[in-house]
Amino acid sequence: MTRKALRQAEPVRYSRLLSVAAERGSETVTNDDVAGPIDSSDEWIRQRTGIVTRRRATADVDVLDLAEAAARKALDDAGLTGADIDAVILSTITYFHQTPSGAAVLADRLGATPAAAYDISAACAGYAYGIGQADALVRSGAARNVLVIGAEKLSDIVDPTDRTISFLLGDGAGAAVVGASDTPGIGPTVWGSDGSKAQAIRQTHSLRELAADGSLGMPTLRQDGQTVFKWASFQMAPIAAKAMAEAGVEPDDIQVFVPHQANMRIIDQMVKQLGLPEHVVVARDIADSGNTSAASIPLATERLLTEGKARSGDLALQIGFGAGLVYAAQVVVLP
Amino acid sequence: MAHTASEILEGLAEIVAEETGLPTDAVVAEKSFTDDLDIDSLSMMTIVTHAEDKFGVRIPDDEVKNLATVGDAVKYIEGAQA
Repeated sequence: MTRKALRQAEPVRYSRLLSVAAERGSETVTNDDVAGPIDSSDEWIRQRTGIVTRRRATADVDVLDLAEAAARKALDDAGLTGADIDAVILSTITYFHQTPSGAAVLADRLGATPAAAYDISAACAGYAYGIGQADALVRSGAARNVLVIGAEKLSDIVDPTDRTISFLLGDGAGAAVVGASDTPGIGPTVWGSDGSKAQAIRQTHSLRELAADGSLGMPTLRQDGQTVFKWASFQMAPIAAKAMAEAGVEPDDIQVFVPHQANMRIIDQMVKQLGLPEHVVVARDIADSGNTSAASIPLATERLLTEGKARSGDLALQIGFGAGLVYAAQVVVLP
Repeated sequence: MAHTASEILEGLAEIVAEETGLPTDAVVAEKSFTDDLDIDSLSMMTIVTHAEDKFGVRIPDDEVKNLATVGDAVKYIEGAQA
């Protein structure tokens, strides 16, 4: 008896971003609001980080609310509904359930059931990781349209007395729909990790330690600022350069640079290291939105598009990097 | 070939000048990076990175806090070349 030939999914040649949308926390938190408990000042925070305000959500809003709001806008902008989505990928570090995933709950809220749905843990690189996965899923034929969401309610894990990272953090969500395209729309993702620096950005304690000693309270974040600054400023620029090279483009061909909004000093140093020409529009959403981890790239992208500083069809170099340490970069055509 | 202490000081002064806008002759051995030259922790990491590249040495992140003065940095780089 002859065995039937196995059929594999038919690949699709190209993928692209169909939309990028954002939802910011509704409250504006100034440097003066956070400076007291860390014995700091507006001037010090601006000089060290470039942050003027950060946006935070109210107590009644959780990370999935932010994610849902951004996702609904992304679906609308793409002219799609939940029923058109085959996979939902949620990147977050502030959905406090080991299981079930936030993505499954979110997919249901969006009417995307029975889309495949899963969370990824790639911190500030989560959106760029998600876009890399969505691109692969669409081109392999595993999904027609993929919804990628980076969502964080980081205000849930800030320690107001922490001088290392808490004062940087904001809340928000960004979402993108990735689908098939007649022309190339997402360059190869250059991604990786370096777990030898896992302690550079970390939780104060694990959930197991909290279970053993309830007095520890909710874990909060800490970072070794100098280590992270050096790594991000000097080791991430070559990753971004590689993403351009693999996409077959030069700095002159790029219209927009959207690095993860970690710290303005890192952004400035990366621009210098990359030798980006004057015409390249650099996302500096961190000044008003703070560091929103996985949400920062789509938040910054949406803002540039909304303000007319970037346009549909522009080539954007984006790079996410953060706790892990992990990173991912790609060149995309803006929707 | 190993750099001499005076070559290191000269090279380091150029790096500091580039990062801070200070004249190179302000960068002398006894000056404190923070108190005298007003260099913050992030600028210090930029200077360290450029110094690593220029002198072909590795300065671990944990070591940077021990480099209080320009002279400390020169001495560390001189030793690290060996």
